[in-house]
Amino acid sequence: MFGLLPLSTMMGFKMMVSASPSPRSPEITEKTKKYDRQLRLWGDHGQSRLEKSHVCLINSSATGTEILKSLVLPGVGSFTIVDGYKVTQEDIGINFFLDQDSLGKSRAEYTTKLLLELNTDVNGEAIEEHPEMLLKQNPNFFNHFSVVIGCQLDEKTLVTISQVLWESQVPFVYVNCIGFLGWVRVQVNELAIIESHPDSTIQDLRLDVPFPELIAYMDALTINSREVAQKTPWLVLLFKAIQKFSTPSTGDSMDTTGCHPCHMKSQEKQEFKKYLKQYLCEVGLKDTDEEFDEVVKAANSALSPSMINSNVQALLDDPKSTKPEKTKFWVMCGALREFVANNGQLPVRGVLPDMMADSDRYINLQSVYREKASKDAEDILGRSQQLLKQAGLQGLTIVEEDVKLFCKECQNLRLIRGYPMYEEINSVPVEILQELAQNTEDSDQEMMYYLLLRGLLRFQGDYHTYPGLLDRDVEPDINRFKGTFTKLLNDWNATISAKEDCIHELCRYGACELPSVAAFIGGCAAQEVIKIITKQYVPLDNTFIYNAMQSTSSSFKMTRANS
Amino acid sequence: MATMDSDDNNSSSSLHGGSVGANPPDRFGHLRRVLERVGPFSPEGYEATPDILKFIHSCKVLVVGAGGLGCELVKNLALMGFQNMHIIDMDTIDLSNLNRQFLFRIGDVGQSKAEVAAAFINKRVQSANVTAYYSRIEDHDEDFYSSFHIIVCGLDSIVARRWLNNMVFSLLRYDDDGAVEPDSVIPIVDGGTEGFKGNARVICPGQTPCIECNLDLFPPQINYPLCTLASKPRLPEHCIEYVRLIQWGEEKPFEVPIDGDDPAHINWIYEKAVERASLYGIQGVTYRLTQGVVKHIIPAVASTNAVIAAACATEVLKIASSCCTPMDNFMNFSDSDGIYTYTYKAERREDCMACSNVPKVLEFAGEVRLGEVIEFLQESPTFQMKHPAVIASVGGRSKTLYMAMMSATHSNLEQKMKDLGIADRGEIVVSDATTPAARTFILQYKEAGAGVINNGTAETKISNNNSS
Repeated sequence: MFGLLPLSTMMGFKMMVSASPSPRSPEITEKTKKYDRQLRLWGDHGQSRLEKSHVCLINSSATGTEILKSLVLPGVGSFTIVDGYKVTQEDIGINFFLDQDSLGKSRAEYTTKLLLELNTDVNGEAIEEHPEMLLKQNPNFFNHFSVVIGCQLDEKTLVTISQVLWESQVPFVYVNCIGFLGWVRVQVNELAIIESHPDSTIQDLRLDVPFPELIAYMDALTINSREVAQKTPWLVLLFKAIQKFSTPSTGDSMDTTGCHPCHMKSQEKQEFKKYLKQYLCEVGLKDTDEEFDEVVKAANSALSPSMINSNVQALLDDPKSTKPEKTKFWVMCGALREFVANNGQLPVRGVLPDMMADSDRYINLQSVYREKASKDAEDILGRSQQLLKQAGLQGLTIVEEDVKLFCKECQNLRLIRGYPMYEEINSVPVEILQELAQNTEDSDQEMMYYLLLRGLLRFQGDYHTYPGLLDRDVEPDINRFKGTFTKLLNDWNATISAKEDCIHELCRYGACELPSVAAFIGGCAAQEVIKIITKQYVPLDNTFIYNAMQSTSSSFKMTRANS
Repeated sequence: MATMDSDDNNSSSSLHGGSVGANPPDRFGHLRRVLERVGPFSPEGYEATPDILKFIHSCKVLVVGAGGLGCELVKNLALMGFQNMHIIDMDTIDLSNLNRQFLFRIGDVGQSKAEVAAAFINKRVQSANVTAYYSRIEDHDEDFYSSFHIIVCGLDSIVARRWLNNMVFSLLRYDDDGAVEPDSVIPIVDGGTEGFKGNARVICPGQTPCIECNLDLFPPQINYPLCTLASKPRLPEHCIEYVRLIQWGEEKPFEVPIDGDDPAHINWIYEKAVERASLYGIQGVTYRLTQGVVKHIIPAVASTNAVIAAACATEVLKIASSCCTPMDNFMNFSDSDGIYTYTYKAERREDCMACSNVPKVLEFAGEVRLGEVIEFLQESPTFQMKHPAVIASVGGRSKTLYMAMMSATHSNLEQKMKDLGIADRGEIVVSDATTPAARTFILQYKEAGAGVINNGTAETKISNNNSS
């Protein structure tokens, strides 16, 4: 801990050291320069995971190469393109990674070559073969990839690939772009995210459940003048006000109902805030001081109960926490579960927001939280290692670094449990149908398009072509597609009927891929792949439909029907 | 500047490219299915003929910015048949661009972004014809901008966006009834990204809000109080800012202003900041953070740029072809937690300085000084001017009251507006980097009180992060 040196002394000291030899600077490589803008998002450890990964793209369509583009640029380790098609003139028109010379050549080979030009750090290979043939030759072909991406898959191949990948626990990202519509589906068996990077985090201040070291630190501080109060972080003033408010012996007129201000309803909170203002005046602050305002303003968000959110609670209650399986994540969850059982709270994060204060008062307060966070992390580390021993998981090691990150992020832990696409394709989309039956408005257009895209897969399976490929086929195909879709709805016992105009719209598209829609979906899908590989930020769970006509989109989760 | 070169390129390449008949038959097959077939949702009166694609080929589009969004935009638009494309950017290629600006390679570092991007597209996409301008947007005049059908922006600068917005509005012509003449309207499609967030918007002068209408959508820049930096630093950022703002000027390590691209400069700041941080027991000063703070670096990744540029390109296609109703008018995007978009109709600001065509009345206390008026124009969220120059029009004659470059005018800052000849409801003309055309304001004085009174016009606050 740092002593409370008078500031003038410290400044004087600064003058003396400024002439001393300068500290050595870290080495800045070409690579960190090139990736600087993204390293600020997922850090060196995220980058290292990306660079060690190997992704596979099935079918290098316009959307497929757009996905790989946004993976090759940030430096994915390597990619494999599996594509049995030859380049057509229409392909060249929409795919930036094909040019006029590629006409009639292997699409896999040509797109691989042009994609590799984007980044010399990346390796790529092309396999000119259809995926179902590859699987016949080698059923384990896809097992070693970090993620497999599938485009332009017919229903049967989609079902096969989805099942193979589900069984080998390889994450799968399916995309489909047609006309102004796009579909992204993420299939992961189970994905634990420690660094979910939420936009806003609830401050972890423990005002309602102060730990002994915090109480001791606060008790040692005396605020006896305006000057001192102005230099004191608002957290200290708020803590002391709460302490005084909650102690009946103070003789104050306030009626303390035994309820801590953090747990009060908003009206009671107003009462407390009145008390807080009174307290601030007592210690010498004027209500015109900016420090006065800061305490009152900060109290709004600081006065919230310390609790365990539902995502984290679900993890603690998970059978895998009770009897950890052999992954670092579940062992640490098991340790966390024990910790919470013993302490009633999660480990302290050790992160404070900035507060108006002089340096030493702020830094000292920060140290109290940081030291407690270290102590809690040590506790979790001990428990984790104990669990490893008990379960005989000696092959696994958990080190301080793992636990520190885990504890710092323990409020924000997320777990995604997937639902395989092959099951989705073979079952009734009950929830979507219910949703659509309840709302006849346009608000659920994207869900209707989801059903129609399923219908389109079925149509392709039945007729081995897409509706509306040729101008003269549009009219007859509207009826054929309507037939297919109506039959599908009947199979599902759906109470809704096929939307005539949406069916027409899909036939109008004639399975065309628009470059800008492909690029939109390509960007989205690529980021999902990056999230899965880096285990940072939160992947889509699990379906996204983009409607470029209206510039809108929807996300929803396809799940196993309960019936 | 290499503007001359790109002009030469333009004249020569236009001889070869751009002719509609030269396209191989199936090249635009995918696109033609949506353009040449009427769908149930096509706007009323949409005529799905081959003329639509011909118009797209000839439609003159300006892409502003050849960075992360600009590279994506020219690629998408070239593939969608836009063959009369122009791209402008004053920047050169930096190594840190390569993780997303996919038309550039290591060997291109230091060259003009616009020129390299245009050359790459012209080589890769058959019949593409992109003209490059290695110049500032301010280097071009009304004639240049009025020649475009659509302008698409992929900019990182708010000032440049405002300048361009105001340029487009200055090109509007009004008929006798005060209605905008349709052929003077140039729609703007604008995109912006930051990390995993982004937005795309369509600005149709006369119908939708403009950039100035919702300036408050842009997040404010973080400024730390000087006293915190000097005497009570608490965060690593405080230490870095102290070295940047104070120590650099005092110790003059290189006798030149800070160049954020010079590693020696960043290194010096980093080392001094580490020293200062250790003095106060502050943890977390890193080289990367130092660079980020000094250069105001905004994180960026290929995927978000691809998504936002794609959304913009789709809107350009809709506007040029009328095959779909363009978005009305604003879309937010974020994919840090799942994938999320939110599209809504942003509202016009009734008294918008740029698009309402109404002279703006400013209300001040009667004793207000010129300096206070200028400060107001800089700090008001509505105007956010940079270095306003103020000209008075008194009795039909104009007199410069303040201009940063004219030191003789600096003493006016302390003068009362009244004493400078501006009577109640008198006019001042203000020019600023944020707008190509000067703005006229009417000053109205209040009797009592001091300082600025109630110039906070009805603000429709729309949070930048309304994702949930």
